[in-house]
Amino acid sequence: MSNISKAFENGKAFIPFITCGDPNLETTGKLVRAAVENGADLIELGIPFSDPTAEGPVIQGANIRALSGGVTTDKIFDFVKELRKDVTIPLVFMTYANVVFGYGSEKFAQKCEEIGIDGIILPDVPFEEKDEFDGIFASHNIDLISMIAPTSENRIAMIAKEAKGFIYVVSSLGVTGVRNAITSDISGMVKLIRENTDTPCAVGFGISTPEQAKNMADKADGAIVGSAIVKLVAEHGTEASGPVGAYIKSMKDAIR
Amino acid sequence: MSNGRFGEHGGQYIPETLMNAVIELEQAYNHFKDDPEFNAELETLFNEYAGRPSRLYYAEKMTKDLGGAKIYLKREDLNHTGAHKINNVLGQALLAKKMGKTRLIAETGAGQHGVATATAAALLGMECVVFMGEEDTKRQALNVYRMRLLGSEVIPVTSGTATLKDAVSEAMREWTNRIDDTHYCLGSVMGPHPFPTIVRDFQAVISKEIKSQILEKEGRLPDVVMACVGGGSNAIGTFYNFIEDKEVKLIGCEAAGRGIDTFETAATVNTGRIGIFHGMKSYFCQDEYGQIAPVYSISAGLDYPGIGPEHAWLNDIGRAEYVPVTDDEAVEAFEYLARTEGIIPAIESAHAVAHAMKIAPTMDKDKIIVITVSGRGDKDCAAIARYRGEDIYE
Repeated sequence: MSNISKAFENGKAFIPFITCGDPNLETTGKLVRAAVENGADLIELGIPFSDPTAEGPVIQGANIRALSGGVTTDKIFDFVKELRKDVTIPLVFMTYANVVFGYGSEKFAQKCEEIGIDGIILPDVPFEEKDEFDGIFASHNIDLISMIAPTSENRIAMIAKEAKGFIYVVSSLGVTGVRNAITSDISGMVKLIRENTDTPCAVGFGISTPEQAKNMADKADGAIVGSAIVKLVAEHGTEASGPVGAYIKSMKDAIR
Repeated sequence: MSNGRFGEHGGQYIPETLMNAVIELEQAYNHFKDDPEFNAELETLFNEYAGRPSRLYYAEKMTKDLGGAKIYLKREDLNHTGAHKINNVLGQALLAKKMGKTRLIAETGAGQHGVATATAAALLGMECVVFMGEEDTKRQALNVYRMRLLGSEVIPVTSGTATLKDAVSEAMREWTNRIDDTHYCLGSVMGPHPFPTIVRDFQAVISKEIKSQILEKEGRLPDVVMACVGGGSNAIGTFYNFIEDKEVKLIGCEAAGRGIDTFETAATVNTGRIGIFHGMKSYFCQDEYGQIAPVYSISAGLDYPGIGPEHAWLNDIGRAEYVPVTDDEAVEAFEYLARTEGIIPAIESAHAVAHAMKIAPTMDKDKIIVITVSGRGDKDCAAIARYRGEDIYE
């Protein structure tokens, strides 16, 4: 049982996503602490990638701002190490395969363990490619998080059986971003997952309002919100921790 | 390791949302590739519609002028729509139609693949949306108009460097958004399995024809076959049926831009390193942290930071050689072929012509080089004129 399971011990989990270094790491530090104070149960920390193919325009923008601000993987490792002096909730990285592979997967995983990262999400590493990363991360006690999409259908059992940490249930087709309505049969997906594993399920993609978060969390074990938070950061810049904290509180209150 | 590997390269590094789509595509392809009816239909389209087989032309003036090896040009520029891209597109569009898809999406750099896809969509009565970097829509304005004329929607992509790589990213994003009725008609031997294999098989007609044509004309295989390489579709098509013929040297010509010792280059094998991007493991131009580099070439079609996985493997095993060719050298070759043979090649293809101009004089007169002229250069005339300081616009 990994540290990630702690995120699901406090009722339904609220999982915010924050891009590291958008607009700078000092602000990211404030955002993480505001998220913790306002009820976040686990935080996804995005390591920016030049060409994030699973992201919509909002998170693409955050990646560009962060990279042009000069953030690098090494700077993010140092930042998380510092963060871990007072932040104890589970933290997972979200990035792309080449950020890990280009750094050296073994070296990357070792660093993650040293600084206290609990899991990693790689949206361009599906079940068929996971062996290349899973063993390396597992040997450093890091969970490689599995994703299940509305198109997964016959693949759900196979993925769920080998899932670790939590399962990222992708709510909708397409890329990340705020949506007015989520039409996929989340309950049906979660039911199939639960027939195959006890690993908790958190739903993400398209969630922005407390009502949506509640609706999704009711059907699963938690809700993940990225673009709506990144939008607030884009709007308020270095002053974003206040509005983001208040937003996270409203979301956690809605699902608790 | 997963399916679709060329040595350690290839694979399927894509979001879970797309996995069933590529599995469905692979199953359909495996079914239809050996289906006599499918192949007969495709051959008819190739021959009656696209104008195949394309000519293998003996470039006598160029041969005499360079004073070395005998030079043949494989005239893919004479195909309908003016480039080799139509080979792959007719194959994929027909396959998509058999799969029950009604809509094609595609990325395009120079616009040749976009025009070919728009053409096939018009012919087969399918809807078509083409993603093109905004920078490229300016460099290749005429092709944008051609696509619209053919009934396609062209979406300028403003993300990233607004070039080919961003057009691929955006087409992939659109595919995750709409899969049921949509086939992503990928234009090169890249992306996740099964695309590198499917595109290669449809382009392999180039080397199949070269082989029989050269045997007929010369009674023997060539010493060198060469082509330009961006993602590498015309090059793999040119190489494929010669891979087993070890005596035939295979040369891919990469776009070096302003030179491989500058940052303004797109020569992936010469300046990149192994990485994972756009669904595949292969060589990519990238920084120490795996961030993809903003590459540059005068040629929109070669302005891509990666190379197809089969090329990466042919490089690793030493079967093919990949050489850099600069903007300046390509432009000179563009002008040279126009003057010498009365053939205006695409600026992409001019990269291969440029390298032939370097090696032909060093080879004996009884040696034979085949250069694939992947496309025609009408689309490039205004840009080359501007490169030479002539202020003309389309």
